[in-house]
Amino acid sequence: MLQAFAFYLFAALVIASATFTILARNPVHSVLWLILAFFNAAGLMIIIGAEFIAMLLVIVYVGAVAVLFLFVVMMLDIDFAELRASFMKNFPLGIAIAAVLLAELVLGIGAWQSGGLELGTASGEAAPLLGRSNIESIGALLYGRYLFLFESAGLILLVAMVGAIVLTHREGRAVRGHQDIAKQIARRPGDATVNTRPESGKGVTL
Amino acid sequence: MDFSTSLALIAPELVLSLSGLVLLLVAAWAGDRSARVVSVLACVALGAAFALCIPVVSGGLAGPDRIAFDGQFRADAFASLAKLMIYAASLAALILAPAFLERIRSMRAEYPVLVLFSAVGMSIMVSATDLLTLYIGLEMQSLAAYVLASFVRDNTRSAEAGLKYFVLGSLASGILLFGMSLTYGFTGSTAFDAIGVAVSGELNTGALFGLVFVLAGLAFKISAVPFHMWTPDVYEGAPTPVTAFFASAPKVAAIALLTRVLMEAFGGQVEAWRQIVVFLALASIVVGALGAIGQDNVKRLLAYSSINNVGFILIGVAVASTQGVSAMLVYLAIYVPMTIAGFVAVLMLRDGAGDPVERIADLSGLSRVRPAVAWCLMIVMFSLAGIPPMFGFWGKFVVFQAAVQADMVVLAAIGIAASVIGAFYYLKIVKVMFMDEPAGVIEPAGGQPGNASLGALLAICTLMISPFGFLATGWLGALADRAAASLLLLA
Repeated sequence: MLQAFAFYLFAALVIASATFTILARNPVHSVLWLILAFFNAAGLMIIIGAEFIAMLLVIVYVGAVAVLFLFVVMMLDIDFAELRASFMKNFPLGIAIAAVLLAELVLGIGAWQSGGLELGTASGEAAPLLGRSNIESIGALLYGRYLFLFESAGLILLVAMVGAIVLTHREGRAVRGHQDIAKQIARRPGDATVNTRPESGKGVTL
Repeated sequence: MDFSTSLALIAPELVLSLSGLVLLLVAAWAGDRSARVVSVLACVALGAAFALCIPVVSGGLAGPDRIAFDGQFRADAFASLAKLMIYAASLAALILAPAFLERIRSMRAEYPVLVLFSAVGMSIMVSATDLLTLYIGLEMQSLAAYVLASFVRDNTRSAEAGLKYFVLGSLASGILLFGMSLTYGFTGSTAFDAIGVAVSGELNTGALFGLVFVLAGLAFKISAVPFHMWTPDVYEGAPTPVTAFFASAPKVAAIALLTRVLMEAFGGQVEAWRQIVVFLALASIVVGALGAIGQDNVKRLLAYSSINNVGFILIGVAVASTQGVSAMLVYLAIYVPMTIAGFVAVLMLRDGAGDPVERIADLSGLSRVRPAVAWCLMIVMFSLAGIPPMFGFWGKFVVFQAAVQADMVVLAAIGIAASVIGAFYYLKIVKVMFMDEPAGVIEPAGGQPGNASLGALLAICTLMISPFGFLATGWLGALADRAAASLLLLA
């Protein structure tokens, strides 16, 4: 009973916030609605017992992806009037692409209903559960059997970080707003100002 | 197999990773002033890892004792022989760098650290016996390589090379991942031996698709035709020491990895992949030979030459026998000093302002301006062309011998015909250097910094590929045979 109530609550909120994500006029509001949708999707995942995926949703999607979206939206100076104008201009193209996508959907569903494509069958067997919850199982695998790969993946992230810094970090050069006090004090009025007597109509050279 | 045994088996990788981490801290605290110290220490670490691999190679160690981490990693003689070449090539990349980078004030302490991590990634690649290990190693190597390609970030060509390499490398990784997920889906395992068991009967369409995509992804990494388009641009744009590195170590790693995937995971389905590898080999030989003809930049020419060489190496893979793998390893062992010597010689040529000379036309009359470099470059070119007294001939000879003994005479015949085309542009460079009038661009040998170490490296590499190399054929062949046997032991 409680599960059913929670499910309908989360599901309704996911759909509602997804709708508002599309409908909101302000892109920042859209991103905020998207975050709400992610939270409720995480709730749905908890209901079906996939708490690890729920946490991933919150940490990765809300914590990283949505915040990144927010940054991009806030930093980009989007001219909405122009955006709407180009929307009207590209409307026929958009309709054409939508028609292609619709045709693909219809074809896909039709093909699916008339039986799957025979590519062969997997011979995999379900792996035994190592812990009580799936977080424990994943932890036991990551820090047990796959320890070597897990640590190597950490090393990859380190290499990526070092690489990003090597390629972008510039030391000491042209720091904005840097104040050289000695240079300011050493500057004399004669260095900075000149007396000119421009002829009228000729202008000045600066 | 307990944990400490596994750790003992990954000792070379551990040495490299830990020294990489420590040197990163040194680089962070001491800044770029420490670049030289960090370079020297990185060389020491590579030397230590090299020494750790020697007993495995000379003992021809193989079998279940060399498997670490539940079959994700195998430190057998095959992997260790590849590691020896990788570490030696990385060492060369470290020795070459200061002479080139310090002059343009781009030598930073992170360079040796990135080379070290790239070496770690490559040694994980050659030891990979699981699709996951394969991908982890490949990404570690590639990420470090993208950064190294654009290491001279103020130079637009270097930045362009890095970007191109990154975009196309990511595409290749995507293709590879797609193939790996198909393979996993249709065989139910990521371990090579389990995949081998699953595909030993009839190869279903899904697994075949997986195989094709994995092959395509790896062909990108070894720059085999038709996945070679990035190579000339990246090799031309990247700093020359980095290009020397790209042309040697990652090629060894990716080819060894490709061989392991094909022989272990798909060893029961040789007929399914042989035609693909034969096509890659022939296309690489022909396009590598023809593409090089029109080039006027030495680095681009050497890039096409490396595409051409990859084709010959793939012939050894296509044979799919112990002899083929052994021939491939011998070819690689000759190819590495050959290509490094080529790039070192190019690196030593400077014009009046001290800028590197890369145009072929500027090489004219080199024998009168820099006779030593010209003679070394001549040995390299003859060796690359496979003209008999030079050791490069031996690599081509063993590969063709393996192909002929496996009844692949047509493949060998086309390969030999194409190597005659290739000889044209190698000989053209020799002609330009020895018979043309000096162009007056290249400065005679002078007090250029770091020339002593470059000269020593060039001398060693040239000695290896000179006719003296034939003294080592028996020894090299025995090592390669044992390494090849260790690869096929479990397959």
